[in-house]
Amino acid sequence: MKRIYSVLVENRSGVLCKVAGLFSRRCFNIDSLAVGETDDPAVSCMTIVSSGDERTIEQIEKQLNKKLDVIKVKTFDENKSISRELMLIKVKYNRNNRRDIMENCDIMKAQIVDMSKNMMIIQICDVPERIQLFIKMLQTISIVEVARTGTLALPKCIDF
Amino acid sequence: MNGADAIIKCLEKEGVEIVFGYPGVAICPFYNSILDSDIRTVLIRTEQNAAHAASGFTRVSGKPGVCAVTSGPGATNVITGIATAFADSIPLICITGQVNSELIGSDVFQEADITGAVESFVKYSYLVKDVNDIPRVFKEAFHIANTGRKGPVLIDVPIDIQNAQIAKFHYPEEISMRTYKPTVKGNMVQIKKVIKELEKAKRPIICAGGGVLLSDAEGELREFSEKYKIPVVSTMMGIGAMPTRHPMYYGMVGNNGKPCANRAMNESDLLIMVGARVADRAVSQPDLITNNKVLVHMDVDPAEIGKNVGPHIPLVGDVKHIFEDLMNQEIVCGRTSCNYEEWIHTLDGYKEKMAVIRKPNKDYVDPARFITMLSDKMEEDGIYVADVGQNQIWSCGYHIVKKGRFLTSGGMGTMGYSIPAAMGAKLAQPQKQVVAVCGDGSFQMSMMELATMRQHDVPVKIIVLKNNYLGMVREFQHYTYKDNYSVVDLSGSPDLEKLTSAYGMDFLRLETMEKADETIDAFLKEDKSVLLECIIDPMDLVR
Repeated sequence: MKRIYSVLVENRSGVLCKVAGLFSRRCFNIDSLAVGETDDPAVSCMTIVSSGDERTIEQIEKQLNKKLDVIKVKTFDENKSISRELMLIKVKYNRNNRRDIMENCDIMKAQIVDMSKNMMIIQICDVPERIQLFIKMLQTISIVEVARTGTLALPKCIDF
Repeated sequence: MNGADAIIKCLEKEGVEIVFGYPGVAICPFYNSILDSDIRTVLIRTEQNAAHAASGFTRVSGKPGVCAVTSGPGATNVITGIATAFADSIPLICITGQVNSELIGSDVFQEADITGAVESFVKYSYLVKDVNDIPRVFKEAFHIANTGRKGPVLIDVPIDIQNAQIAKFHYPEEISMRTYKPTVKGNMVQIKKVIKELEKAKRPIICAGGGVLLSDAEGELREFSEKYKIPVVSTMMGIGAMPTRHPMYYGMVGNNGKPCANRAMNESDLLIMVGARVADRAVSQPDLITNNKVLVHMDVDPAEIGKNVGPHIPLVGDVKHIFEDLMNQEIVCGRTSCNYEEWIHTLDGYKEKMAVIRKPNKDYVDPARFITMLSDKMEEDGIYVADVGQNQIWSCGYHIVKKGRFLTSGGMGTMGYSIPAAMGAKLAQPQKQVVAVCGDGSFQMSMMELATMRQHDVPVKIIVLKNNYLGMVREFQHYTYKDNYSVVDLSGSPDLEKLTSAYGMDFLRLETMEKADETIDAFLKEDKSVLLECIIDPMDLVR
């Protein structure tokens, strides 16, 4: 079972280490982790994607709540949230595959953000599954390097 | 006023009377400032024992014990003591010196990342980077350690911060921590559900854990049990929550517990776990325990509820408050009646029938009978500190708690706990009789503290059950590896008579049960340190 935790923490040094340490100490999985400041500079938001059985999922939330640097834990399912991930991917291209790559970018709504004679950097912002799909599409050509943010997510707005 | 003076001032504001520790350069400003204070210092002989002594002090006084050690090896040595306290939820304040804050991270002499190293063994930790934070940090630390689920808090103070001048010392009255608000009151809806279950139940039982003692709820537990005639069993950490000979008490549960206590728990139809975390030693198959009964789990820590077993009625809060609220609810006897007489009658039968019958070797001291004789002769409010090993299991099984306390390292099972913890207990309540009971293995893990006892005049009484073996491991190897003993032979141990005389301490030896009576009398007679060596059968088993 996949679960997304949106964890508001005190924006202090060492807090990331404490939260990550909790996961390793109790053998909880981290599928992805993204951290950034919120509108309040004293507060950071960690978006953690984890998986496990029901008891583990519940324990993760309780143990996170026990940490004294954690202000609030929100947890939600993937389908009840809007989630996005940003990826920058550097690929080698040549005259023969350039068109293909550009078409793939069009299909996936990715942008070419930097370019040299034989390399380009493509940016894509989408749900994690489509990012994975995009990587697969590019695997036929040579990928130089990849950087991904990990999942960011917020619970959906409530229906009118 | 410098940072070190400010720390001492904070300790005074918190009513600290004693600090256990070991100095080194990085904590020297602190130990210099403490000379101007009335706070007593006790030089322990190794840092681990500073935390154990503080733990013994805490458990008897109810106030967080304080230890202060230096950076690097001083700090890393104290970790086992901190982890021991953490496993048993004992509040401690541990102050560690640290190298100059500008040098942190450059691997200078005696630098250790102690806040990083203890992260999973503390409730919280601080690295003080600004001298003006000291009052707030200490105020918070004492609050965090001693509220909610209690536990150790570590404060790492670099030497330059201890030496820096503090602009204005102001000890905060109030604490504002948006991230920390432990639940104290139990939810009334849940409390009413417990009452409903009690009205339905025919065979209810309460299992008391260490949380009952930590929340000082022994009186409430007894009152509740007596009012509604509900039988009580306990975990190892819960020993002493009910007097051992109380008619409603049926002993310790678990793989080393009393058979009648385990049977009582298994056959109950309503199990109320109070301040216990349902760990493997108390309940071997937590997922099966809910099969034939309703489980109520009360604990101050919401994360404990549902961690090892999913209860039907979770109840978060301080158990003292919960018991008070439970007492205010009237149990209305419904169709079935809440008369548990028949159940109690059955249990009394088990108590009698299922009593363990030992066949002691007459050539040695029988630890079981010896411990019962000792506790009968001890003062009513005496404090008994058991170490870890066979001695601990015998102590749990045969020590009789009257109005005193039973202390041991239950969660972590740290050998060598008893002597330093007994010292801490004695310093907390000097008027009380304090006896530490250890094996010859655990004794040798903290025998350096005999010097501390002598230097600071702490008259703890020590019993060493000597069998020249690491008995508990030997017993495990006996059952599991068919007597294929590996690294459990303790030959080479010191002559305890000579050793005690070197420390200027009285010595007694008991070789068989024949002279047990007068030897125990002589052992307990005066309020001074005595070591009593009991020669026990090396092949004796706890099971």
